[in-house]
Amino acid sequence: MKKTDQNKALNTKIAITGMGIISAIGNSVPENLEALLASRSGITSISSLQTHHANTIKVGEVKLTNTQLIDILNIPKNSVFTRTALLGLYAAKQAVSSANITSVNAYKTGFISSTSVGGMDKTERHLKEFSSNRKSQKYINSHHAGDSTQKIADALGITGFVTTISTACSSAANAIMLGARLIKAGILDRVIVGGVDPLSKFTINGFKTLMILSDSDCRPFDADRTGLNLGEAAAYLVLESQDIIDKEDKKVLTYLSGYGNANDAFHQTASSENGNGAFLAMQKALKMAQLDPDEINYINAHGTATANNDLSESVAMKRVFGNSVPDFSSTKAFTGHTLAAAGAIEAVYSVLALQENVVFPNLSFKTPIATTLLHPVTTVKRKDIQNVLSNSFGFGGNCSTLIFSK
Amino acid sequence: MKACYIHSAVSISAQNTFETAFNLSESKPLTSRKVNANHPPYKTYIAPAALRRMATGVKMGVTAGRNALEKANITSPDAILTGTGMGCIEDTETFLNTIIVNNEAYLTPTSFIQSTHNTVGAQIALGLQCKAYNNTYVHGALSFESALLDGQLLIKTDESQSVLVGGVDELGKEFIDYTILVEDKNNGVKVPFSEGASFFVLSSEKQEKAIKLKAIKTVSNLEEKQVKMVLNQFLTENSYNPEDIDALILGCNGSIYDNYYREATNCFSESTLQLEYKHVIGEYFTASAFGLYLGFSILQEQCIPEILIKNENSKTPLKTVLLYNQFKGRDHSFILLSI
Repeated sequence: MKKTDQNKALNTKIAITGMGIISAIGNSVPENLEALLASRSGITSISSLQTHHANTIKVGEVKLTNTQLIDILNIPKNSVFTRTALLGLYAAKQAVSSANITSVNAYKTGFISSTSVGGMDKTERHLKEFSSNRKSQKYINSHHAGDSTQKIADALGITGFVTTISTACSSAANAIMLGARLIKAGILDRVIVGGVDPLSKFTINGFKTLMILSDSDCRPFDADRTGLNLGEAAAYLVLESQDIIDKEDKKVLTYLSGYGNANDAFHQTASSENGNGAFLAMQKALKMAQLDPDEINYINAHGTATANNDLSESVAMKRVFGNSVPDFSSTKAFTGHTLAAAGAIEAVYSVLALQENVVFPNLSFKTPIATTLLHPVTTVKRKDIQNVLSNSFGFGGNCSTLIFSK
Repeated sequence: MKACYIHSAVSISAQNTFETAFNLSESKPLTSRKVNANHPPYKTYIAPAALRRMATGVKMGVTAGRNALEKANITSPDAILTGTGMGCIEDTETFLNTIIVNNEAYLTPTSFIQSTHNTVGAQIALGLQCKAYNNTYVHGALSFESALLDGQLLIKTDESQSVLVGGVDELGKEFIDYTILVEDKNNGVKVPFSEGASFFVLSSEKQEKAIKLKAIKTVSNLEEKQVKMVLNQFLTENSYNPEDIDALILGCNGSIYDNYYREATNCFSESTLQLEYKHVIGEYFTASAFGLYLGFSILQEQCIPEILIKNENSKTPLKTVLLYNQFKGRDHSFILLSI
């Protein structure tokens, strides 16, 4: 390939033809949209697992139990599905059916998932009986992060390219990015991409020790924010090559037009003051999408509502967009921070924003951060939207940005 | 598409592969069910303050990664890609146990912070102040291969000129015993379980001693009888015939699933050299990264350690090597290397 052709290939937009989601605000794409438009948060007290911290935290829980999920998904009772695999399969099946895929192997189809806890929901419950209780031992080999991905891929009938990414809270964004690159390179024609994380005592206690869990509804970008609410969710998108779209005259929901991945290289858990990683990720994504900053109509921010993230992200947004930061909001006050799944959840919301021409509200915001004075959009705002930028940042300095376009 | 070269390969393994030149002739036999890596003195490579917080896998990864960069004369790569099957299992065990023992009270964040799967990639980036593309793959026995495939793609599409790619897994202290407990005594893995880190610098630049990473393919699920078909297809796609392959590097681990390798070798004539290595370095999710280290080293040095040879052939010069690995009939990877 000549260099110019290659650049063209790298800059091609990738079609999104289907999506599926399960989160604290709904078990389908329409349910999620309805809650977003009604400004109805899914943050509640915790009921799905026993924790010492139940009275001091609030979470974004999926209201279906494992038993209910097993029933709905028609999974044999004796199978070894962690909650991670159950939530993931639930959302991935929706994505495949919404893209009207009837024969999954009619094209070179891959599956790229992401998770931060893997099979931890079972491991933390059974660890101390693994050596003695035969019944619990089936969950030993479901601990590693690739297990849920394999189970979902198998259930979908995908046998070829399958992998899992784990870059903490930017994981799903990186899964989406890899999927797009594999289509551009012609390695795959079609790929289902996204992520899943269930709630676990492991992450609840982890974030608790970092003192970044809020005891009330989280308030992204507010001067008086008190930390994040953890959430559980799964979401997947179907990406397809232009060849399939042309050949099957397929309906395209919207396009992935740009992406960027950079490392903050500042601290294992904290973001740098000047938001270097975030700045670089947004810049790379804009460059690939061949868009000027003022062509972005909505930013779905990472906005976890921790003191550190929201300030650092605000600084980075100001560095990219100057004094005209576009309409932005964090939807984490609806779903909680769903860790590895967040990038996929918010990719679905970005697609919805483009389809519905709407900016989703940033709930619970009152006062802007003094040093940056940025005001997120706080009520549902209808306007023409051509391009949406979505941020996901994680531990280890992993920063990723996706841009979706009509 | 650009060609992809491997400029350096470094491995910390159960054998003394790190501080010496490639030489497995004095390999120590692995006698127990669990074998730790032959650890270099990390304080020579990592500052004491940073070292204190690092678990085994992070120490191995950071040290092997830096050494690979040094050997390739790269100060800051265009991408850092790591693969790990079990992630930071030591710190995961530590944090889990404190949650259980202290009933969710009096916890400190250190082990939680260090338990995320991307810790090795993050620590390498932090040490180098490298803000480039950074990703971590965690897909069982394809963790390393996914990272390698990503790296090769970055080079081929000219998105990067140099990429650091590695696979790392640590043995840990508790979970591994449960893994061994449920391993089938008769049909399961026979080689010891172990740990290690192997890192590589991929580059678009042709160099005299560089080895070409010609192709890589991963397949999630295959039946035994499909192996020949998939392997032949992989060779054809890359314009190779079975007779072009001088050596096969196989991930045999003594389990019943070694039948897959038998199927694969049936694609080749009896004169094709067959090598295996897991009896020397043990099994773990990213053990196949050692297989790549081996492929790189035998092509570069044109010498084959006796202990790895499965059949009695010696074909020199070695020009093209095929690696095949799988775990329990899943997570298949095929890699083509050439001089």
